[in-house]
Amino acid sequence: MSNNFLKATLTIILVSAFFNSCKPKNSGDVVNGDAAQKAYVAPGKYDEFYNFVSGGFSGQMSVYGLPSGRLFRVIPVFSVDPEKGWGYSEETKPMLNTSHGFVPWDDLHHTELSQTNGEVDGRWVFGNANNTPRIARIDLKTFKTAEIIELPNSGGNHSSPFITENTEYVVAGTRFSVPSDYSNGDVPISSYKENFKGHISFVKVGKEGEMDLAFQIVTPGVNFDLSHAGKGKSHGWFFFSCYNTEQANTLLEVNASQRDKDFIMAVNWKKAEEYIKAGKGKKQSVNYAHNKWDEKTHSAKSVIKKEVYVLDASELKDICYMLPCPKSPHGCDVDPTGEYIVGSGKLAALIPVFSFDKLQTAIKDKKFDGDYGGINVIKYEAALYGEVQKPGLGPLHTEFDGKGNAYTTFFVSSEVVKWDIKSLKVLDRVPTYYSVGHLCIPGGDSKKPFGKYLIAYNKITKDRYLPTGPELAQSAQIFDISGDKMQLVLDFPTIGEPHYAQAAPADVIRNNGQVKFYKIEENKHPYAAKGEKESKVVREGNKVHVYMTSIRSHFAPDNIEGVKVGDEVYFHVTNLEQDWDVPHGFAIKGADNGELLIMPGETTTLKWLPKKAGIYPMYCTDFCSALHQEMQGYVRVSPAGSNVPLTFSLGTNIPATK
Amino acid sequence: MKISKLSKGLLFITFLLFAGSLFVPLWKIDLEAPQYPEGLVLRLYADKIGGDVEIINGLNHYIGMATLHTENFFEFTLLPYIFGGFAAISLLLIFIARRKAVLVFLISYALFILLAAVDFYRWNYEYGHNLDPNAAIVVPGMAYQPPLIGYKQLLNFGAFSIPDTGGWLLIFACILLGFVVVNEYKFFRKK
Repeated sequence: MSNNFLKATLTIILVSAFFNSCKPKNSGDVVNGDAAQKAYVAPGKYDEFYNFVSGGFSGQMSVYGLPSGRLFRVIPVFSVDPEKGWGYSEETKPMLNTSHGFVPWDDLHHTELSQTNGEVDGRWVFGNANNTPRIARIDLKTFKTAEIIELPNSGGNHSSPFITENTEYVVAGTRFSVPSDYSNGDVPISSYKENFKGHISFVKVGKEGEMDLAFQIVTPGVNFDLSHAGKGKSHGWFFFSCYNTEQANTLLEVNASQRDKDFIMAVNWKKAEEYIKAGKGKKQSVNYAHNKWDEKTHSAKSVIKKEVYVLDASELKDICYMLPCPKSPHGCDVDPTGEYIVGSGKLAALIPVFSFDKLQTAIKDKKFDGDYGGINVIKYEAALYGEVQKPGLGPLHTEFDGKGNAYTTFFVSSEVVKWDIKSLKVLDRVPTYYSVGHLCIPGGDSKKPFGKYLIAYNKITKDRYLPTGPELAQSAQIFDISGDKMQLVLDFPTIGEPHYAQAAPADVIRNNGQVKFYKIEENKHPYAAKGEKESKVVREGNKVHVYMTSIRSHFAPDNIEGVKVGDEVYFHVTNLEQDWDVPHGFAIKGADNGELLIMPGETTTLKWLPKKAGIYPMYCTDFCSALHQEMQGYVRVSPAGSNVPLTFSLGTNIPATK
Repeated sequence: MKISKLSKGLLFITFLLFAGSLFVPLWKIDLEAPQYPEGLVLRLYADKIGGDVEIINGLNHYIGMATLHTENFFEFTLLPYIFGGFAAISLLLIFIARRKAVLVFLISYALFILLAAVDFYRWNYEYGHNLDPNAAIVVPGMAYQPPLIGYKQLLNFGAFSIPDTGGWLLIFACILLGFVVVNEYKFFRKK
């Protein structure tokens, strides 16, 4: 008996040892010895790439270096940022204006670098606002948000801000179909099928980057998800993935997952342009804000625009075609040649790859399978190039390395899979930690990818870093993809929640004419003081305008008396410095506002409403010099109706007034 | 005694060098500090101060050094005429073509250089020592006189004072004149 007992025990030990050895490898096993060397950028050396990462629910865009994963800057875009005065200074407030008034927060999901001939050109980067639909353009000479345009008839601007190969257009597609702004929106939610419409927007981008809502295309109510432009041979076309073709308005996780196939909508935008020129667009009255930053006045202006031209996809049959795509497609990516369109059905267990040539033939030969809300549906097989079989679970997004390979992320199986575009064979797979969403290869959605690194932006972090309570770091991972096998090189934490990101070779941006400071003689701000002699304090009724200057290490003036409770005080601070990296800050006690960070040559305004009498200190917040701690001053606030005269000084004392 | 064709050619080059020195900086003081990896430079032209004057003036207020302004130096109104004159004399000498005249010019030019150096030293001394006693940074016994030529550490700044393009042109002019004189007087030739 004891013999049998021993045998049984031994068997159990052996079996459990066998199962343990079959347990998936942990991260320790996937990091190779030379990973640290590959991610190491020595102190004082530069990274190879700029990485522009969406800040997700932070509403901002962050800039990292690759391969080091070092954070360089968080560019305030759609959310206020008291640190930089964004949305707090008088000059920046109009940037966040919308048809709903001032909106202090949004959700930035995708970034897209401007292109020329399908190659990243380093002029601008675009970002989308997902909540109150907008597109922002960031100038890459200043790394500052230069323009924001709102999109009417939309809800949840998700399939945006993707661009055409010469940045002719930046697009937007509504995630939520909603009743159009030009119809009565006060309808029962259950009347979705009847009253809710999809609108996709084509925003023209001018030579200087200025955006103009050229036209919209109205479609049946669905959820538009992501999009990408055709390139090369497919230039002139745009592809939008959509789900909820079931047209559910409640419990979408069940009700929008019923159909076996949803669609990728192929849009012939050149044709749409022709229709607009031919006057086929219906002029509709809407309201949307267009906000522009002026680098000379250092101020933004917001204009509410009133109309848009809308093309109806069900009437103009040759603009839009529906490509059936398995199970709620998410990513919709076009390879560098422009021939292959990769759809990623997030509930599918395969990846369909469509052929642009076959799509053209199918349209010519009318290989249609009925219509969807008046839009012709192409037969699935007629446009299909092939399917990648058993790639993983939950495909989301695909980028390309320019060497004939595609890389797709899988949320459910938490991995990146490399596959051959022509043969559709899976070549390699690596785990991600955990549940990867978007991925980025520098230039990975352009005609010219730089297939050296791949960055995975994860949705779940769990145990990857030291714990920080229930709210954990957001995470990205860099892989070296220069060899046959993908190799994990570095984990780095990110701000917000990173969604899509793009990267460009460092030289394309650092040699684009980076602004080091603004020339004071070009400052056209109406309240600029371009020298200490121009500094003054002026009262206009209950408004007090302080024309203030800052230079190392004092403000002019730095003693102000005669301000009264009930006044609106405007500190217009001009930074007189004309040297690299000498910003000054400005803050005053009790301000229900942010601070100002003023770049050399710039003028920025802080509005201050003093609420009670007393002495209020103000100081420079950005450590500017050895005498930074001396850079301070006082404002005396007297009760309403006081007789204290308005005086100001620097370096001398004003005769005392009691 | 008439000078050779070669000497006339060299005198013409000397003329070009003097003329050229009117348009390029003559002298420069390179400044380097830990927080100025890109460096700052002060350039002295025949008629003005150039380079990062505003930035340097801004920094110098900490130690109470007087600010630099072109109009505070009478030299900048004089120097263009002097170098213009030197250029004209070089041209003239080709026609005079007397070796004695060249020798006189060389000696006067050498005297001028000496005078200029003394003047430059005087200004450096003046700016380096005449400091505002109310300055934010006062280091007892510390003066900020830049070197006449060469390198010197001044607090966090390293100052490197050397000829700029125009300075080299003037030095080359001096060498050429010297060569003409030596050649014409046959100082080193065996009889």
